[in-house]
Amino acid sequence: MAETMKLLVNTPDRVFYEDDSVTMVELATSEGEIGVFPQHIPLTSVVVPCVLKIHHGNEVEKAAIHGGIIEILKDKVTILAEVAEWPDEIDVNRANEARVRAERRLSAKDPNLDVARAEMALKRSLARLGAAK
Amino acid sequence: MASMRDIKRRRDSIQSTGQITKAMKLVSTVKLQRAKGKAESTKPYSDLMYETVSNILAKSGNINHRYLVAGESTKKAVITITGNRGLAGGYNSNIDKLIINSGFNKDDVDIIAIGTKGRDFLKRKGYNIAKDCSDVINEPLYTDAKEICDELLERFAAGEIGEIYLAYTSFKNTVVHIPKLIKLLPVSTEDLKSEEGDKKVDTTPMSYEPEEDEALDMIIPKYVCSLIYGALIESVASENGARMQAMDNATSNAEDLISKLSLQYNRARQGAITQEITEIIGGANATG
Repeated sequence: MAETMKLLVNTPDRVFYEDDSVTMVELATSEGEIGVFPQHIPLTSVVVPCVLKIHHGNEVEKAAIHGGIIEILKDKVTILAEVAEWPDEIDVNRANEARVRAERRLSAKDPNLDVARAEMALKRSLARLGAAK
Repeated sequence: MASMRDIKRRRDSIQSTGQITKAMKLVSTVKLQRAKGKAESTKPYSDLMYETVSNILAKSGNINHRYLVAGESTKKAVITITGNRGLAGGYNSNIDKLIINSGFNKDDVDIIAIGTKGRDFLKRKGYNIAKDCSDVINEPLYTDAKEICDELLERFAAGEIGEIYLAYTSFKNTVVHIPKLIKLLPVSTEDLKSEEGDKKVDTTPMSYEPEEDEALDMIIPKYVCSLIYGALIESVASENGARMQAMDNATSNAEDLISKLSLQYNRARQGAITQEITEIIGGANATG
């Protein structure tokens, strides 16, 4: 059995995920995508909207998370996410619509466009779609 | 002595009031249970958030970050969380008192009112109500907290306001609720450290990605937001707790009054009967 660590995912409304036997976690931070194995150096980073992949040996669980903070310790990973959703909680049609809307807004090149906001919306919808796939 | 009819009328009216307060107590008990559950599920998130932020600040020492120093403006934004409804004992007026006694200069304060009771009171007292989000308190969502937080941070960053405070009622347990006025921004490192007390600060060397400064830029808004959200949730629980207590007192008070009035009523009834008998006997004796 490979080495395991504890993963804790909290959102403001609930404890989203808590498990001791996680072998790897994949997610995206503001600096890029990272994969975390047990015995990682202590690291605090900022999570951007992405697909969270939780590995248990060969099994993988997916969830969408929308921004937050990750704190990595040797045997424990804590993610404080503003929103976290399992694939079965995601409305694929709605996420798809949101993606199309955000893409249109970005390609319209409106000078008044809040680019950062549109990009965040796009990232969120992509995270949802990625997790639901 | 009041007449029988008066006593009866009074007793009936108290009885119906008692029924209303009893029903209100039951409703707020149910609401309290729900709010309490919600407050408990929020706690791990805000506790961890607090821990993370204080860890970062403890380790990074005296960095000069824009969220850690007061703005030049003397304006203060105060978020006041009260209820939309009364009959909750001192719940609403405690927050009002807190603001009045805070020593803030009225002209320097922008009130962000959540809850109509506090809004109306402070408006009467001459405070400037900058924003009113009273609908939020009916069912607080994280997005509501985020919206309020984002707007305030924007104004803070623009230098329009120098400090942000939050007045809410902290929920200790079902019977103890403490009105609190806390400073949200600038985040004071002293506060975080002193609250930490002798709790051992985690000394594992932690690396940050991005650098501390940038990380704080992104983490502090989330921290403030989680504080606001936590305060909203706790206030809802406190409001229902306070109402439950107030209504419980009112109900038992009504019961006391009713038993007193019943006694009075029975006495008056007995008196009336005795009098009637005496009159009949008197009449019979006179004719006999």
